[in-house]
Amino acid sequence: MRRLIALLSITIATTLAAPQGLEAQPTAPVVSVAQLDYGLKARALADGVYVVEGANDDFSVANGCNIINTGFITTGAGVLVINTGTSRRYGEQLRALIRRTTAEPVVQVLHLNLHPDYFLGNQAFADVPIAATAATRAGMQREAKAYEDNLYRLCGDWMKGTEARLPTQTIGSGPLRIGRREFELREFNGHTASDLVLVDKTSGVAFVGGLVFADRIPTTPHADLPSWLHSLDQLAGLKLATVVPSHGPVHAGQRGTQQTRAYLQWLDASFGRSAAQGWEMNEVLRITPPEPFARWAAWPAEYTRNVAHLYPRYERAALQRGKTP
Amino acid sequence: MNRRKLWAVGTLAWAVAIAAGAAAEAFDGDPFKSFQWPELKKEFLGAGARVQFDARVRVQGPAFAEDPMNVPISVATDLPGVQRLIVLVDRNPIRKVLELQPLAAQPGVSFRFKLEQASPVRALALTADGVWHVGGALVDSAGGGCTVPGGSRADGSWTQTLGQVSGRVFASGLPGADSAARLRVRIMHPMDTGLVGGIPAFYLSKLSVRDGAGRELLRIQTFEPISENPVFSFDFAKPPPGPLRIVGVDNNGNRIDSRVE
Repeated sequence: MRRLIALLSITIATTLAAPQGLEAQPTAPVVSVAQLDYGLKARALADGVYVVEGANDDFSVANGCNIINTGFITTGAGVLVINTGTSRRYGEQLRALIRRTTAEPVVQVLHLNLHPDYFLGNQAFADVPIAATAATRAGMQREAKAYEDNLYRLCGDWMKGTEARLPTQTIGSGPLRIGRREFELREFNGHTASDLVLVDKTSGVAFVGGLVFADRIPTTPHADLPSWLHSLDQLAGLKLATVVPSHGPVHAGQRGTQQTRAYLQWLDASFGRSAAQGWEMNEVLRITPPEPFARWAAWPAEYTRNVAHLYPRYERAALQRGKTP
Repeated sequence: MNRRKLWAVGTLAWAVAIAAGAAAEAFDGDPFKSFQWPELKKEFLGAGARVQFDARVRVQGPAFAEDPMNVPISVATDLPGVQRLIVLVDRNPIRKVLELQPLAAQPGVSFRFKLEQASPVRALALTADGVWHVGGALVDSAGGGCTVPGGSRADGSWTQTLGQVSGRVFASGLPGADSAARLRVRIMHPMDTGLVGGIPAFYLSKLSVRDGAGRELLRIQTFEPISENPVFSFDFAKPPPGPLRIVGVDNNGNRIDSRVE
């Protein structure tokens, strides 16, 4: 057993030694459902900048409901953690992974939006200041109970012992300095009421949260499409080098931004046209999408949710236009 | 595989088939094998009702109810001479959702409803020969649709909009070739189920659609499970002469009366 651990440590050490090619195909973590082990791995994107990749998929017991990319960054004065995952267990395993990866202590946790997989691991970081924007904090407060219920149902035992633990600090757009690192925080909206983007100025790695989805159907429970598209335009203007989306592979440049924009534009046009022609929700659910959307992860489950979240607005507008004074 | 093993496997398959047959019998032939079905049938159709499970009664819904407060269901059938169409949900605390008399409309309706937990959603169509034709769809759900207050109840805004109607007749671009026109109508109403503490049942109970000449095109009874601010769609084989008039009433006697072009 001891030898096995030693062997594992060597493997981990070699994995971490050098930043891998950015577009290296992220391998979905090897999950053990029996052990409730997420199999989290840290992949170095630059010196001291790590992504912890989840499956590019929909929530399921088989993937541990780990469908998010979290991250952590060493600063010389402690570690900044970006999002804490779906469960108490995820938070604990993430913290253990950080401990195995660096000698620096965790000094700060940051949440990029209000969604459950961004913060339900917070119990493992109860001793650390946890920051989010004011709107995100309010949203978490409002939704936490429903998130717990829903994820317990979807993910079962993975959620054991999980209770929402809310952020303790409010943060917004502007520079953030920890140790020798300088970060730039930008608050956008559209995916949710507040979408925070963190750019590490030294490495050029940007954690863009839920604004960008790569090779995956975007989620829309709190979305406003016009604002989201506007935010994507602004994001494109930042000329980000390395983009870590919360869902889908890490990539260089505009690929994910363009994919997300193309999908949202299609949703907007398709829902608008359907509503103007009197289509029912069940008919909209059965639309054949243009290429390549049906090949992206989480099709059609996420599209079903897109329809539930957004189509009623288009419907309402179409019916009101037909109203006689 | 030797012959003896093959024989054993064959016997096993046969035994399984028999067992499945016996199980179906216990559910009164119900393809969803729902324990609620025999009681449901007795309560809403009567013990002696003639019932036939029939794929021609089509019920469409999402496989999973992303929003259990608003589960979209579309019912349609090619059966001729449908006199009544009932929608029942086996595992809802209030199981009857609506009852339609299509009169001059197509025998079908689309709506959204509140689903308390995963359940078959059934449409039962009564034809002139006195047979109930039953179709259905299974909808999975995280639960809680009937026992959670609606948005306009939570913020109190329902009092400002009660009974307002917006609607439109669509005559081009409809999917499918069956219908030449579709009426979509939205009526502002909290549709309280009575299952949320301190909020008594308050729901639209009857609606009727008339054409420009005052002829009744369809009549529908609606119940607590219909979603807040309901949206209904009704299809017509040919566009009815307008303007259409929507009249109705809720269980507190508030009247609906509105025109739709």
